[in-house]
Amino acid sequence: MAKTALQFRHNDREVAVFVDGGTSLLTALRDSVGDHSPKFGCGQGGCGACTVLIDGEAHLSCLTLAETVEGRAIQTADGLKNGAALHPLQAAFMENFAAQCGYCTPGMLMAAKALLDHNPQPTRQDVIDGIAGNICRCTGYEPIINAILAAAAGGGARRA
Amino acid sequence: MFELRKDIFADERDDNLKEIGKGTQRQDMLGHVTATSTYFNDHKLQGMLHLKVLRSPHSHARLRRIDLAEAERMPGVRRILRGADVPRNLNTLLSLINFGLDDEPTLAVDKVRYKGEPIVAVVADSEREAFEAMGKIRVDYEPLPAVFDVEEAVKPGAPVVNETYPKNTFTFHEKYDHQKLRFGDVERAFAASDHVLEQRYQMSPIEHAPTETNGSIAAPDTNGRYVVYTSTQALFFSLDTSAKILDVPSNKLHFIGGTVGGGFGGKVDTLTEPLAILGAMLTGRPVRYMFGREEEMQFGSPRGAERIFIKDGIRRDGRIMARQVRGYFDSGAYTRLSSYAVIKCVAHIPGPYTIPNVHADVFCVYTNRVPATAMRGFGVTAMDFALECQMDKLAHLVGMDPMEFRILNAYRDGDMKAHRRVAKNTALIECVQVAAEKAKWTLRDEFKRASSLRDGGGKRAEIPPTPRDPGAMAARPVTPAQQRTSYDRGLTPPEPSRAPPTPAPPPPAAAPASSHGATRFSSVFGRRR
Repeated sequence: MAKTALQFRHNDREVAVFVDGGTSLLTALRDSVGDHSPKFGCGQGGCGACTVLIDGEAHLSCLTLAETVEGRAIQTADGLKNGAALHPLQAAFMENFAAQCGYCTPGMLMAAKALLDHNPQPTRQDVIDGIAGNICRCTGYEPIINAILAAAAGGGARRA
Repeated sequence: MFELRKDIFADERDDNLKEIGKGTQRQDMLGHVTATSTYFNDHKLQGMLHLKVLRSPHSHARLRRIDLAEAERMPGVRRILRGADVPRNLNTLLSLINFGLDDEPTLAVDKVRYKGEPIVAVVADSEREAFEAMGKIRVDYEPLPAVFDVEEAVKPGAPVVNETYPKNTFTFHEKYDHQKLRFGDVERAFAASDHVLEQRYQMSPIEHAPTETNGSIAAPDTNGRYVVYTSTQALFFSLDTSAKILDVPSNKLHFIGGTVGGGFGGKVDTLTEPLAILGAMLTGRPVRYMFGREEEMQFGSPRGAERIFIKDGIRRDGRIMARQVRGYFDSGAYTRLSSYAVIKCVAHIPGPYTIPNVHADVFCVYTNRVPATAMRGFGVTAMDFALECQMDKLAHLVGMDPMEFRILNAYRDGDMKAHRRVAKNTALIECVQVAAEKAKWTLRDEFKRASSLRDGGGKRAEIPPTPRDPGAMAARPVTPAQQRTSYDRGLTPPEPSRAPPTPAPPPPAAAPASSHGATRFSSVFGRRR
């Protein structure tokens, strides 16, 4: 099958990959770039485990055609840390026990980052709306909401 | 009594634990928040192939002919697996503890017994090529009559779902078509009761829907071994099951797991590992077999549906004198773990209450539905739903407060349970008292003062005379109609009886001898050992 060349920024580094026609951004990130932080949960936009930021906006990478991100900036949970230091959201998730199986966590973190980048002081309802597209089947929503609010209160919106 | 050998590793053990009341961080939390926890699907191996299975569109059908000719010529196809390729193509999960007969093929051979049963597996260079080849497989089905209702399935003349169990019921203790519990004489107690309440309860199947779907990756290792990255919840259980199905010594398999993207019971059935390993054996390449979301939701085994009939005899003062339970667990087309669910369920009946006459028959029934399996308290959860609904209705029937009604009937230390074991460390009364307090629910003083440690034993510790069943397999008619209660209709409850309850007859001098610790009991086999 003919491959398409594709170049974009991935966590502040330029990457170039070849993809098949119809390949999703999720598959391109996981199989071609080698970033396994976005997870496959449903492949149909229902669970949010694959959430990444495209030019700062939260997107479902499983429903995004890889070819549409040419020249754009992708951020994933793998790029949240600043060197060895955890992002405030990551620290808040740890402190608030906001993960059980951990499979939804990368998507939750990116949905939360998109929220706080746009709305640094969200209300509890803003947080609930902000992660409404992300499913946690261990049903740990309360600690997740608390973690995001804690990150906001402690300056989580500052870019790490 | 089981004792810990504390002399071993004594210098590494700190018995002075002070963990309760403070948070302790999970070992895997840092991996989770940095997205570096490695799930099975985060392994990308050189030359990895992809496996997909063709599933039956029929709930029950004979397989007349399977034509793979066109599919095998499709681009990217490396190997197509059929039932004949599976070394031991019949298994039951609990055969590892010698419980039940092998009844489920890895790939269907002569017939399919539920919609979604795997028939053929395609191993190809990409998932897309596997799907495209699957579209070229021609299967000639002869649809058969199907049965989807547990009570229909146990009627004479019902379609035989699974030939291993031609009566559509699992065989317990090598002779019974159900698991039973007999304690006292419920019929006599019903006749002597002031009220008898019979109700029907139905629990639906529930899909676990883990965010990570079931899957595994198997790859040839050196020395003829295979390494398997898997989402299983039960690593060694899945390893042994795979070794049995593939007829290889278990030391040929190296299973790596532990990081599971949600399981809840839905990842113990070893649904993907045997085929992934077989694919790796036959192609010499790493093979990945991961469920899509539709497969997970429709064909990943759910919590089993249960139909439960409860008939209780109760005195005007609120004491339950008899409880009769008849349950039908919908196992789907194969046993998996439903037989064990039944054993657990019957061990739980009649709930945490001291009832002097108890009678239970619970069936593990085969239907043409997706096989059921474990899920968080399975076997007990649905029964508790039924029992506690029944408790509310009974309380209403005699005009008692539902919390006080539970305290009145709760088991206490020293009581004889229906399984002929003495109750100890009971705490239902205290749980209800705390729940009432937290809910700001008013309890009368005598119920606030009740304790699990008092008023148990004595006559409550006696094993009543228990009649034998007339015929071991005597079928009892099921009462079809739901008895209506004022609780259902939301009518005014009867005048509450404010007479003080009589929780227990006076205890005699000596406590009954307990057999605890003298023998161990196998809950699965129902035998002492």
